[in-house]
Order: sequence, then C-alpha cells, then structure tokens
Amino acid sequence: MNNSQINRLKDKTFNYFGIFCTLIGLVILAFFIGSIFYDGLRRIDWDFLTSLPSRKAEKAGILTAWVGSIWIVIFTFIIVVPLGISAGIYLEEYAKKSRLSSLIEVNISNLAGVPSIIYGLLSLEIFVRLFGMGNSILAGSCTLALLVLPIVIVATREALKAVPHSIRAASYALGASKWQTVWEQVLPASFGGILTGVILAISRAVGETAPLIVIGALLYVPFTPSSPMDEFTVLPIQIFNWISRPQHEFTINAAAAIIILLLITFIMNGVAVYFRNKWQKKINW
Amino acid sequence: MENVLEAKNVNVFYGDFQALKNINMKFKKNAVTALIGPSGCGKSTYLRLFNRMNDYIDSFNMQGDIMVENKNIYNKEIVVEELRKKIGMVFQKPNPFPKSIFENVAYGLKIQGVTNKAVLKNAVRKALQQAALWDEVKLDLDKSALALSGGQQQRLCIARTLAVEPSIILMDEPTSALDPIATAKVEELIRELKQKYTIIIVTHNMQQASRISDYTAFFYMGDMIEYNKTDTIFRNPQYERTQNYITGRFG
Ligand SMILES: Nc1ncnc2c1ncn2[C@@H]1O[C@H](COP(=O)(O)OP(=O)(O)OP(=O)(O)O)[C@@H](O)[C@H]1O
Ligand SMILES: [Mg+2]
Repeated sequence: MNNSQINRLKDKTFNYFGIFCTLIGLVILAFFIGSIFYDGLRRIDWDFLTSLPSRKAEKAGILTAWVGSIWIVIFTFIIVVPLGISAGIYLEEYAKKSRLSSLIEVNISNLAGVPSIIYGLLSLEIFVRLFGMGNSILAGSCTLALLVLPIVIVATREALKAVPHSIRAASYALGASKWQTVWEQVLPASFGGILTGVILAISRAVGETAPLIVIGALLYVPFTPSSPMDEFTVLPIQIFNWISRPQHEFTINAAAAIIILLLITFIMNGVAVYFRNKWQKKINW
Repeated sequence: MENVLEAKNVNVFYGDFQALKNINMKFKKNAVTALIGPSGCGKSTYLRLFNRMNDYIDSFNMQGDIMVENKNIYNKEIVVEELRKKIGMVFQKPNPFPKSIFENVAYGLKIQGVTNKAVLKNAVRKALQQAALWDEVKLDLDKSALALSGGQQQRLCIARTLAVEPSIILMDEPTSALDPIATAKVEELIRELKQKYTIIIVTHNMQQASRISDYTAFFYMGDMIEYNKTDTIFRNPQYERTQNYITGRFG
C-alpha cells in the first residue's frame, strides 16, 4: 500500500467510526423513547390530565403537576428575561473591557456548569429562608431563573455580537444615543437569537428536578396552586415520585407523564427553531 | 465664501501609530471637497474626525482642534448627538437598517422625538425625492430596505442622512460598491445637494473627484500634501507626488 491508499483507508475507517458513534446515541435514545411510549401511551387520556394525584394508580392524574409546571415556567420567564437580557446588553454593549469585566465573563460561563443541586442549596438559604418565600412557586421560579440565567446572558451576547458594526455606526451617525441605538436597532435585529436562547433556557428549567426538591417542593399536592406564594409540585417531581414506588401501575403513570413532559419540551424547542429560522430569513446581512 | 469647518494642527494616533500629521485645513461652505490619496493614507480617519466617529476606536487619540462654525467639537460641553444631527455621514458600504424603507428614513427624526405621522411622512417623501429614489420606491415604502439593490440602498442611506436636515455631509467612498449607472446617479445627486449642503467626499476615483468636487486635498501617509481648487490640482499640481498620484503613476 502506498501513502495515499493508507490515507484513504484512514478516512474510511474514521467515517465508519463516526457513524457508529452517532448511532449509539440515537439507538439508545430511540430505545428509551420507544419503551416509554410502549408503557405510557395507553395511559394518557383526558382524566389523566385533569385528575388530582391519588394513592390509587388508576385514579391518579397529573393536573397539579402540569399546572405547577406552567406556573413555574411563567414566573421563571418573568424573572429571567429582564435580568438575563439586561446583563447581556450591559456586558456586550456597555461594559468597558477591563480585568473586572473579563473576570465576570469567565464566571458567567462557569456558572452554567455548576451542578443544579448547588443552586437548590443556595436558594434554600436565600429565597426560602432569608427572604421568607417558603417553598412557594416564587421561590422555585427564582431558583430556576438563577440556574438558567447564564444561558440567557450568553445567548443575548452572541445575538448582539452577530449584529454588524455598520448598523451601530449608521445609528450613531444619525445622532442616536447609545441607548437609542441598542434599543431601536441592535435589540430588534438580534431578537431571533435572544428569543431562541430564552426558550432553550426555559425548556431546560421545565425539566429540572433536583433544585426544586432541595427547596422543598412537595411530592404530593392535592390542590392546584392559585397564587405565586402557594406550595407546588412540577411534572418531573411527580414522575420521580411515581417511579420510586414499587407498584407497576405507578411506573406506567410515570411513563405517561414523561411523554407529556417530552411533548412540552419538544414543542418549546420547535418554537425556538421556528423563530430562529424566521428571523434569519428576514435579516440577511 | 465662508469657511464652515476647520482643522487646526490636528495629529491623530492609533496607539503608537500616527495616522495624521499636523493637518491644517479650512472647508468652504456649500462646496464639494474631495479627499484623495493612496489606501491607508488617513482619509477615512480624517473624515471621521468631523462627526467624532473615531471616538469608538479604543486606541484612537488626537491632538489639535476641529472647528465647526468656530466651535471646537472636541470640547467637553459639546453634545455628540447634537453635533451629528448637523453633520451627517454616508458610509462606504450601504448599511440600511433591517427595517422598512420608511422606517429607515424616518429613524433620524424619530430618535429626535418626532412622532407626528404627517410630519414624518412629509419628511420621508422629501428626503427620498432629494435622493432621487422616490419614484422607484414610493409604492412600497413598507418593503424591507434589505430587498433594495446596492445602488438603491446607498441612495436610501443618503436619504436617511438628508431627512435629519444636516448642513454638512461626510461621504466615505459612497460609490465604491456601486455599478457605473448607480454611481452616475449618486454623483448627479451630490451636484444637486451642493446648493444646500457642504459636502466632504473621500474617493479613489480621480474622474469622480474632478467631475463633482470644487476643491481637492491630496493626502499621503498621514500628511496633507496639497489642497486647492480641483481644477488647479488636476491641471497644475504643485508637487510631483500629487501629479504622479492623479495620473496613476503610483498609489
Ligand atoms: N481602528 C484602527 N486601529 C488602528 N489603526 C487604524 C485603525 N483604523 C485605521 N488605522 C490605520 O490608520 C491608517 C489610516 O487608515 P484610514 O482608514 O484612515 O485610511 P484610508 O485613507 O481611509 O484608506 P482607504 O483608502 O484604504 O480607505 C492606516 O494605516 C490604518 O492601518
Ligand atoms: Mg477609507
């Protein structure tokens, strides 16, 4: 074999190895989803969605769980959007390049890698105890907002960075202030990217369990919350609760609830992709 | 004719690098002044001094005075936003906002707080007419500006600048991205605008400079070599360097 044949062979080998690696992930995922659907799909009906939890598996539903999840999503959104976007704008547009600002930058990236249970512990001390929020929806939302804040900040910065400098120059040259330039031109032009980041952050928050359990979200809630100060549970906790029971019927309930949770996440990701494509098509620099 | 702009002993540095060396120059009102010179000689840097667009460059540093109507625009009490309403700028590459044609032209007024629809409509129409773009776009003012051709985009950028009603317009190679037909339109436009505006234009195109400008300044490696009536510069330059550059023997 000459040199180029060896290179050819290396190419081919790596090609197959790559396909193999990709398939491992896909096959495992497909197997997992398949078994969940096989177990859970039959269990999903109107009653399942509208029933309160119960000690009897056939009667139990996920009403309190998905309503709790929705409350949590809404409040997390309300908290994380202004905080994350403002921080992103500050870091990208206003902060002077200094030792301090690069320190902050590095730490924001680091924050994204902190285990979520640590956020739970932090929030238990601060929101639940110090601020006296108790194990309420508000405390849970604050916890998750903190957890996904780095995602929103990083996405905002990336989206702002993608707006060409010439747009800012044009705005300044017409007599716009920095605030007007950011608010009227840069933000609208980066809206698609920011929105995508926000939705990805929120869909991450929907699936979080550990930090909420740490701050004392309930395993069993016999009522739907009616204010942000109420106690709550969410879908992943309900799933965790059912899975940890010995009876097979509860496992089926858990599978059904997982399907609903996956559905919510997929829909949110779908919306994110839709907006990204829509805005990218509109703005073609 | 009276002078509206003046550079006094201007030195500009980017870090350690000196981009402009002791420039002294007066600009005549309602005239077109062309800045010519080889790439990298400091024309854009010089142009950006007059509306303080260099301020955004971290390593930028200057000495000397830039006088606009006998006020030093680098004084602390000067409000940059106000200055830029008086001194507009058109860039080398068309840079319309990713918004509708109407929004592009109305932007300068909107940020000044003009909200009256009728006033905005009138101003947009007038600016587009002045920029010789009105007839081409009057039916689709709501269309995205990014859907226009390059030449139309550049005239839109000129209209956007005119809508603010500045008295001075800075243009940095405004036709370098355009085809000959669009270029001719923009040149025609510049000749028209001269009646009401003072224009400073950077160009690499010698014919363009001689066609449209009243005065020409030749820059070389940060020095202003020669500045005179365009006729004189092109027919009878004082320095050999200028002669060589305009005749294309170097540069
Ligand atoms: N932001 C900057 N930072 C550092 N140096 C710069 C910067 N902008 C320009 N320079 C330098 O200053 C000099 C003058 O640049 P300038 O852009 O003013 O030239 P120009 O005459 O407009 O050239 P061209 O005809 O190519 O547009 C060049 O040597 C350039 O490398
Ligand atoms: Mg230039």
